[in-house]
This record gives sequence, structure tokens and C-alpha cells, in this order.
Amino acid sequence: MHIVVCIKQVPDSAQIRVHPVTNTIMRQGVPTIINPYDLFALEAALELRDQFGGEVTVLTMGPPSAEDSLRKALTFGADRAVLLTDRFFAGADTLATTYALATAIRKISTEYGAPDLVFTGKQTIDGDTAQVGPGIAKRLGLLQLTYVAKISALDLTARTIDAERRSEGGVQLLRTRLPCLVTMLEATNQIRRGAMADALRAARAGIVKWSAQDAGVEDISKCGLRGSPTIVKRVFAPAARSEKAALIESGEQPAEALIDAIFKRQPTLETELAALARGY
Amino acid sequence: MGTAPKTAAPASGRAATKKELPEHFKAYKHVWVFIEQERGQVHPVSWELMGAGRKLADKLKVDLAAVVIGPEGEATQSAAAESFCYGADLVYMVADNLLADYRNESYTKALTDVVNTYKPEILLLGATTLGRDLAGSVATTLLTGLTADCTELDVDTDGSLAATRPTFGGSLLCTIYTLNYRPQMATVRPRVMPMPERLARPVGRVISHPLGLVEDDIVTKVLSFLPDRDSAKSNLAYADVVVAGGLGLGSPENFQLVRQLAAVLGAEYGCSRPLVQKGWGTSDRQIGQTGKTIRPKLYIAAGISGAIQHRVGVEGADLIVAINTDRNAPIFDFAHIGLVTDAIRLLPALTAAFRARLSPHSRDRIAS
Ligand SMILES: Cc1cc2nc3c(=O)[nH]c(=O)nc-3n(C[C@H](O)[C@H](O)[C@H](O)COP(=O)(O)OP(=O)(O)OC[C@H]3O[C@@H](n4cnc5c(N)ncnc54)[C@H](O)[C@@H]3O)c2cc1C
Repeated sequence: MHIVVCIKQVPDSAQIRVHPVTNTIMRQGVPTIINPYDLFALEAALELRDQFGGEVTVLTMGPPSAEDSLRKALTFGADRAVLLTDRFFAGADTLATTYALATAIRKISTEYGAPDLVFTGKQTIDGDTAQVGPGIAKRLGLLQLTYVAKISALDLTARTIDAERRSEGGVQLLRTRLPCLVTMLEATNQIRRGAMADALRAARAGIVKWSAQDAGVEDISKCGLRGSPTIVKRVFAPAARSEKAALIESGEQPAEALIDAIFKRQPTLETELAALARGY
Repeated sequence: MGTAPKTAAPASGRAATKKELPEHFKAYKHVWVFIEQERGQVHPVSWELMGAGRKLADKLKVDLAAVVIGPEGEATQSAAAESFCYGADLVYMVADNLLADYRNESYTKALTDVVNTYKPEILLLGATTLGRDLAGSVATTLLTGLTADCTELDVDTDGSLAATRPTFGGSLLCTIYTLNYRPQMATVRPRVMPMPERLARPVGRVISHPLGLVEDDIVTKVLSFLPDRDSAKSNLAYADVVVAGGLGLGSPENFQLVRQLAAVLGAEYGCSRPLVQKGWGTSDRQIGQTGKTIRPKLYIAAGISGAIQHRVGVEGADLIVAINTDRNAPIFDFAHIGLVTDAIRLLPALTAAFRARLSPHSRDRIAS
């Protein structure tokens, strides 16, 4: 069995400042991590590999420094790492990202065998869109299972997968056919601590690096900023609230003082709350 | 690189290109809202989007249409009828029993086909698990732009959709355009847009479109569906009053104090993210960027610092009350009323005081 896990290196903290003049993001000095949801995806893939045998390939598109995240994934036990890096990919929105990643996955198929499963996290913590998974699936013509909380069964002979998919009102138990793309929810599984052997191997391991051309990109105009239908026109800081909180002095009866302040500010709340409280 | 908004794009770059809409996209008109229904229930985010869509359509002087996809029968019919009450000029409907459960394959086919046939200029969906799954597939199939989790939607002077969304955890906002592709697609999270008024309107024009699939065409099967138990289901996003606790409460036992206050107020309770990570709270109770967006009349935050990721989830509240020992905590920058004190001591007193104040007996006293 072959599983490809797409990961993304993201800024660790949201404490990113905006350049006061250019209004661009100042990322310098901000530490990077593997997108946390991708770790759930990676762990799910590793567990399946341990159970069924096979290989896990991790793939990322990013600047050369994204190699750090791939190396980390290798220490967790991934078998192979592919870095898709090229200045042509810069500035990609979700559509352009899925074009590049889908192209790389096709190349991975020819080089290392077609994947039975492609995993991603449910979303990234910087882009937050949750669209790259479904986009890759569509590009590759794969079936998709998003927001998966648990893979409940995998049948490599029948080529089926059963998974619990979280929806707004409950949990769907779905069965679909391999190959398929899965986006993983935060789960109870914790990423394993890499075994020493894996760490040593990872430190020495080669990382496969592909440019757009290496990956077999046919139409460079579908990549990066040029291939992105969406365009960022303006970046700005949210308006600061001019008024600060009115602080209640805690005094003798702080609870009563607070309630008075609340009802003074919103006089209708008192009757509404009484109704709510009664209804409860 | 990747899916993060392309904040590096300078104003002189591609962002400055003039709109040159290819000829074949010029036929794309009207604003559409996808009406999300799951197992007979319309998700309220659909009506919130109808409110936003109405404004866009009025500005563009075009029609507002609802797209209703679901099984044949009463629920789907009534979703269409409701769409008129929330401002739809017309409804596009794909009703087929194969659409009883949400499945990506069938819903993507249904929505993509209607878009290709009737050509909307703007297509809005809720950023729910269903909406995001569907939006990502449809946008990729149509090879168009999709802006996720918008907090503001507007149309520019030239008629383009200006979709504003938070980026980098809400520390910044960016306005995104899809200039040269149609439709312009956007998703919006539940509770970000206000609920529009429901009008009693006669049923209007419904345009039916066939699904064109048989069950064998759809590979994915729904083996079962386990609805959340009502008792387990939180109504956090739609609650009028929310009480939440943060790490400042110090222990899971103290988090009970939040639940007790909520019970007296008939409120929902919630928490900041670290509580979920520590297992004191469940993820459906998390408020914020990666949790729920809330819009209550009253929000009481106890022992919550007010980090930007929390703030973006609560800013729509009418009245924000913060209880925190640190007078410099960021929550006091956006709360309306603050109390600098130990929440662990205050919460029980507050619960008792509210109980006394809200009891029928005390109300009689106020009335007399
Ligand atoms: C990608 C990303 C997404 C995130 N998404 C979310 C999200 O959706 N929701 C969310 O909430 N967070 C989110 N966070 C986390 C967020 O950045 C903060 O870490 C978090 O909100 C802090 O939680 P807190 O205020 O409970 O804890 P802390 O930051 O530890 O603050 C505790 C507060 O309690 C006060 N305090 C201490 N003791 C007492 C006492 N006895 N009485 C009263 N006050 C007391 C302290 O002064 C302090 O202000 C996210 C972070 C990232 C990086």
C-alpha cells in the first residue's frame, strides 16, 4: 500500500506583524511548524502502514526551507519525502496549489507507485480554507472523504475504505473505493515520538526535490500567482475599538455591581434573561 | 506559498491588473446562495447568506437566486418556499432521491451543472463541513476562484465581488477578488453575517434541473448516520447568552463554575482552545477562529485572555463582559464591561446573584 501525505509548513504563531508602510506581512523571525492538522493525517497514514504494510510518502510545496518539515516527518517514520519547490509556485491560491500538488502526486505515482490513499489535514492554520484537499481530489479524479474523524475499515482486496465523517448534525459512516483522498480532523491520536532509528535515518535521508519542470508541470501559467484566479487587493489591520472596557470596581459586592452594570447597559436583557432562565 | 493569502503580492503586481473579463464569462449574471440542508434541516447559515446576497444583488441590480439541492419531497419543497421568505427572486432546484444524504459526488455534479447552465456571477456557500467540502470541489471543477471564510462581502465600483477574510489568525484582514473567472465564489462561516428578517412571501418561480445520475454512478455509499444526541449538541453559535471559561480557571473542576452560571442564565457554555486541548472541554464548545463564531446578546468570558484567535469568534456579541485578574489582558481591549478580579471566587457569587435577581419572586418585586 502506498499513502501520500500532503503537509504544509506554517508560521508557528499568529503574532505576525504588518509592515507599517508596505502593508505586507513580516514573517522574519517567526518560527515554523508542520500544520498541526497535517500531523493527524500523517499519524493516521503511519498507523495504516504499520497495520497493512507499504510506504508513506510525504509531500510539501514550499520554499527550500520547507525541507525542515519534511525531515521532521521522516523522523516520525515517513518513508520518503518530496519537496516541490520553485519560484513559479510562489503566490499560489488554493486552485493553483491544487494544480501543483496534483501534478506532483502524478509524478510520485510514476516514480514510486500509484497511491492508494492521499491524506491531508482538514485545513491549515494560516490559510484556513479547507479547500486544498477537495481540490486535489478533483484534479486527480479521486473520491474524497473530508472531515474524517476515524478510518474504521480498510479492505485492500475489495479496495474499499470505511470512514466516519463528521458533519454538522452528526457522523456519517461512509464507504468508498480506493484510491481516495482523506482529510483528517483533529483526532485523539497523537503523533508518535519518532524512534531513534527513524531520527537517525531522517537526519541522513535524502529529500527528493522537484522543480516545476521536474514534477512534470505542463502549463506553468497554471502555477503560483499567475495560475491563481483570486487576487489579494488589500491587506489591512482590523479596526481597533476606540473604547476600552468600562471597568467595574470590585468593591464589597462585585457580583451585584457587575449585574447592575450589565442591565444598565442593556435594559431589555433583564426580562429576556428572566424568560431564558425560566425556560431552562 | 500554498494556501495562505498571497500577502506578498505588492499593489504593483498582478493585483493591479485591470479587469478584462473573457467574453464567455460576460453572460454570468445574478447572485446565488446555496441552501444547505442536511436530513431535512436547512442550516441557518443559508438564510444569513441570503441576507448578504440580497445586498449584493441590490447593488448589482440583479436577481438573487437560491439553489436548493435535496431529495424529492416536502423538506426540499419547503426549503425552496423558505428561500422566497428570505429574499430569493427565484429558486434553482435539483430534487432527486439520490440526494437524500450529502455525498460529494452527487452534490458536486448537481451544483456544477446548474452553475454551467444558468451562469451566476456570484455563488455563496456556508463554511460548514458540507459547504467547504462542496465549495472546494465545485470551484476546482469550474476552475474558478474561491475565497474561504469571508467576514465581509461587498461589490466594487466595477461590479466585482470584494470578499474580505481574516488571515493569519485574524491578526490581519485581506480583501480578495476573482477578476477574470466566473462565478466568483465565497464561503462564510455561520453567525458571521446577521440573520435577515423573514418575510411572509408568496412562493415564486422555481426552476427545476435534473440530477442525471443513477445510484450506480455514485461510488460512495452512506452506511449509516449517527445524529448527535440533542443533549450533546451544543447550540453555541445560535445562543442568546454564552458563558465561557479559559485557562485562568485553573482546573476542570473550576470550569464547572462556568456551567453552573450558564445553567442559571439558560445560556450555553463555551471555552477557549487550551481547555479543549487539555480535555476539560469538548471541541464543539470551543469559541474562536478554529472553533465556533458566536453572536449572543450577552457574552461573559471568565479567565480568558482574549487572544486574537478568540476575539474573532466573539466580536459579533452585543455585550461582552470580561472577568480577568490581569488588568492588562487583551480581552479588556474589546470587552464592553470588565471586572478585574479572581473569576474562581466571583463566578459562584455571580451565579447566586443572578439566580436571586432573575427568580419570579424578584421580578414581582421589580414590577411592584
Ligand atoms: C492557529 C491557532 C488557532 C487558534 N484558535 C483558537 C480558537 O479558536 N479559540 C481560542 O480561544 N483560542 C485559539 N487559539 C489559542 C489562542 O492563541 C490563545 O492561546 C488562547 O485563546 C488562550 O486561551 P486562554 O485565554 O484561556 O488562556 P491564557 O492565554 O493562558 O489566559 C488565561 C487568562 O486568565 C487570566 N487569569 C488567570 N487566573 C485567573 C483567575 N483566577 N481569574 C480570572 N482570570 C484569571 C490570566 O490573566 C489570563 O489573561 C488559537 C491559536 C492558534 C495558533
